[in-house]
Amino acid sequence: MKVEQISIFIENKSGRLAEVTRTIGEAGVNIRALSLADTSDFGILRLIVDQPGVAKSILREHGFTVSMTDVVAVEVPDQPLGLFNLLNILDHCGVNVEYMYAFVERCSGSAVMIFRFDNTDEAIRCLHGQGVTILTGERVYSV
Amino acid sequence: MASYFNEEFETLPRAALEALQLKRLQQVLERVYRNVPFYKQSFDSAGISPAAVKSLADLRYLPFTTKQDMRDSYPYGLFAAPMEEIVRIHASSGTTGKPTVVGYTSRDISNWSDLMARSFVAAGAHRGDIIHNAYGYGLFTGGLGAHYGAERLGASVIPISGGNTRRQIMIMQDFGSTVLTCTPSYSLFMAEEARTEGIDFKKLKLRVGIFGAEPWSEAMRHEIEIKLNLDAIDIYGLSEIMGPGVAIECIEAKNGLHIWEDHFIPEIIDPDSGEVLPEGTQGELVITTISKEGIPLIRYRTRDITSLTYAPCVCGRTHARLTRMSGRSDDMLIIRGVNVFPSQIESILVRVEGVEPHYLLIVDREENLDTLEVQVEVGEELFSDEIKVLQSLAKRIEKEIKENLGVTSRVKLVEPKTIQRSEGKAKRVIDNRKW
Repeated sequence: MKVEQISIFIENKSGRLAEVTRTIGEAGVNIRALSLADTSDFGILRLIVDQPGVAKSILREHGFTVSMTDVVAVEVPDQPLGLFNLLNILDHCGVNVEYMYAFVERCSGSAVMIFRFDNTDEAIRCLHGQGVTILTGERVYSV
Repeated sequence: MASYFNEEFETLPRAALEALQLKRLQQVLERVYRNVPFYKQSFDSAGISPAAVKSLADLRYLPFTTKQDMRDSYPYGLFAAPMEEIVRIHASSGTTGKPTVVGYTSRDISNWSDLMARSFVAAGAHRGDIIHNAYGYGLFTGGLGAHYGAERLGASVIPISGGNTRRQIMIMQDFGSTVLTCTPSYSLFMAEEARTEGIDFKKLKLRVGIFGAEPWSEAMRHEIEIKLNLDAIDIYGLSEIMGPGVAIECIEAKNGLHIWEDHFIPEIIDPDSGEVLPEGTQGELVITTISKEGIPLIRYRTRDITSLTYAPCVCGRTHARLTRMSGRSDDMLIIRGVNVFPSQIESILVRVEGVEPHYLLIVDREENLDTLEVQVEVGEELFSDEIKVLQSLAKRIEKEIKENLGVTSRVKLVEPKTIQRSEGKAKRVIDNRKW
């Protein structure tokens, strides 16, 4: 039920983001979704890719600091209040969202959002209980 | 039971040692007064003659010799022996202007070899060891100094010199090196490279590492001992005085560096007033060479900051110990009036878990205020997927620096391996202030 996300430490200087995308691109890895969190000095690039293992090792070989994080991919009805209802469920379960970002592609008529929770297992249990669709890693990597 | 290279001299009772020092001091003073115009002039203008030195305590009345005096006498002006007797010439790196040049007679080379062999034994090395000597060979004294000492000891020396780290690691692995000699920062760089290549440093046969030529901290020793799985020993030397092997820690105590007092007389002075400071007080190390023929130096100001103790050591050596160098008075940064040594910041960084001791200090001045930026590499042990965790790490380091050193800094997290690695002395400071 969890999706493997790759996080990469990037200094705020020109060309670093390009270097990451070139490195994984040349290894035949395709990006499915991404988010960039930044401060004045550095940023963290978070990626969902079709081949997380390959991406991780090729980035390491090129000297990047990389970590893998478990995130959850959730189907969100593509309509007003769709996201609100989902967040409301999580709120009732007492789960906090550390960060989230959206998939570009839709999946069977719904939007897909990537969530990082403070308590991943509890979040999955909670969403399941409320009938929310959670996408598997395989499904997400091949969207 | 400690082992010695020259038990008689290394354990000489203090009274006998001091008598020997005085005799050698009086001889060297006579010789430099006679042979070196600089010293004749310097003693004359201070109004003191060599014959007036009746005790070791009288040493304090003699004028200092400085690095500037060596530069002014460039290249051979301070040599006390004719060139026919000089068999080797070395020089300092000379990053600021002309290098300082030193010459050795064949007896000087022999003494140096002996002292370096003593140092190897004090560090726990012995005949049969395979000494991987990664100090640079050349004008720099490190490579040849350690080399001759290793041969005098009767160990097998691999004269690998600095550089080509991958080859170094291959040779250490294949040749079964048991002792490593290089700068402390280079040893960590090697461990890092080995890891990248999937080689476990802990499986090498290295037992002892003898590290010097740059100041390092107790925390860095701890880090090196864990990452390289060996006893890390601090060695001290400088080309002006001889080269490596002026002083070394004994493996029994790892607590202070024994300075070979039958060849060198150490003093600690207040760097500002020049007054001799009492035992145990921190100040600038001043050394008088009492056996050298090529270029004897009287009260040479090393710029290194340390203190001196004559307390007996568990190893049985009677020679005084210098505490670990806390830096050079040249390296000392004055930031908003606070004295800061790069090694102090290093200790703080190593203490913060996961921080690699690869760092760079950038000092600048904005609107008449000094600023200190500390660049720290973020390795995988340290990296978090969450911004707030990384930011709080930077804050924690800033707080530690503020609390320990009293100076405000800005910590900048940078990608691993972006700070330039050095295969010799590490460059730790960039000072952009305009004076």
